[in-house]
Amino acid sequence: MTGRRHLLDTEGQSAEDIARILDSAETFFEISRRAVRKVPTLRGKTVLNMFFEPSTRTRTSFELAGKRLSADVVNFSGSTSSTTKGETLRDTIKTMEAMHPDVIVIRHPASGAPWHATRYTKAAVVNAGDGMHAHPTQALLDAFTIRRHKKKLAGLRVAICGDIAHSRVARSNAHLLNTMGAQVVMAGPRTLLPAELAEALGVEVHDRVEPALEGADVAMMLRIQRERLGGALLPSTREYARKFGLSHDRLALAKSDCMVMHPGPINRGVEINPEIADGNAAAILDQVEAGVAVRMAILWMLAAESSEPLPS
Amino acid sequence: MNEELLVEPADVADGLNRIAKAIAERNPKPDDVALVGIRRGGEPIAQLLARLVGQRTGQIIQLGSVDITLYRDDAATALPSPRIGPSHIPFDIAGRRIVLVDDVLYTGRTIRAALDAVLDYGRPRRIELAVVADRGGRELPIQPDYWVAQTSVADDCRVEVVAVDDSFKVVQTGGNGQ
Repeated sequence: MTGRRHLLDTEGQSAEDIARILDSAETFFEISRRAVRKVPTLRGKTVLNMFFEPSTRTRTSFELAGKRLSADVVNFSGSTSSTTKGETLRDTIKTMEAMHPDVIVIRHPASGAPWHATRYTKAAVVNAGDGMHAHPTQALLDAFTIRRHKKKLAGLRVAICGDIAHSRVARSNAHLLNTMGAQVVMAGPRTLLPAELAEALGVEVHDRVEPALEGADVAMMLRIQRERLGGALLPSTREYARKFGLSHDRLALAKSDCMVMHPGPINRGVEINPEIADGNAAAILDQVEAGVAVRMAILWMLAAESSEPLPS
Repeated sequence: MNEELLVEPADVADGLNRIAKAIAERNPKPDDVALVGIRRGGEPIAQLLARLVGQRTGQIIQLGSVDITLYRDDAATALPSPRIGPSHIPFDIAGRRIVLVDDVLYTGRTIRAALDAVLDYGRPRRIELAVVADRGGRELPIQPDYWVAQTSVADDCRVEVVAVDDSFKVVQTGGNGQ
């Protein structure tokens, strides 16, 4: 199929495409605050959530997004499916394709899995996180949250701190924010921030968080992904918290109106001081709320385009 | 493109005054009535009508707007890159008399979508419809309660309501002209 559109990565997305998704999401944001949080737009469309990795907020968020657009949403989780009986991703996708979904949302521990999926389905594919590679809807909802707070993206200094090496969130955010004209600075332990990665992303890097936070408009803290850490790349949790965690003293280095973000799940007292996580500067729950609106915008754009246009 | 004037601004102004009077008389309790413009063509007309009704009742008339993109019956198929705007209904519509306002009434599909959009905000007591130009050609059983002008034009023509000074004019564009 020619012209089939997917949402796989923020790398290579144009500023216009990004702005269009964020603008549409404003309307869907309003819908989620109404008494009747549902519009009939995707009635008769089917959205398939295929999650081969644990997820609470992303899966719930996509499910609500689809339901608030009146689509039929089916959740499929890797641990309860035939994949545990040895079925390959290719066969799983082909099986699902036979049920004619309009959009397939896929999360998978293997980088590149969503691209692989596009070869075996006519549905629009949305990457909901693939391995350590990309998580475009998270980056879009982060941008939406920042834009609502700061009224712009261009010119902002955004510090992304923590386990950069294993973070698809950091990668997708760096691409998107670069495209939108923000300045991205990354900081983390040297073992979790490979120099070649920073070079490839074209961002400033530090092995201490203080210089990254200095003058920052946004502090984005990342979780240590223990499940992806093979060996002993890290000192103890306590030592990590002391050297790299977001404390009041460190936050004071940033601008006075710096917003604090975290894609979740949070490890309180490790990468972020619990008081800061619950404080006024924190936009963590705003991010969650934005997630539904941004995913509604994405599902709407992709599902609307998956149909043949009516003859005019 | 040829543009033919169908209704003069002065006649549209007269017509809107007449509609404002009818709305005020049919809705004796001004607290009760609210105007909702259908974006984007109906929005400026609703603003003007709200002012005119307010002048007659001596009260500020509640005003809102709805964007119907997500409620279109071809929403999931129509446009390759549709743009949606915000709906803004800053008052509780439950129990109110709502007057939907649009510029041109044609197939009725827009009004059908607007009815669904408004009903998602609550249950009004009554919904009425006011339009500037009714060009016929209905594809659904929907009729206006108030209109400025009824025109009959060829299917391949466009009827547009254009703002001029303090009023609006109705023009016809396109088509071969007859």
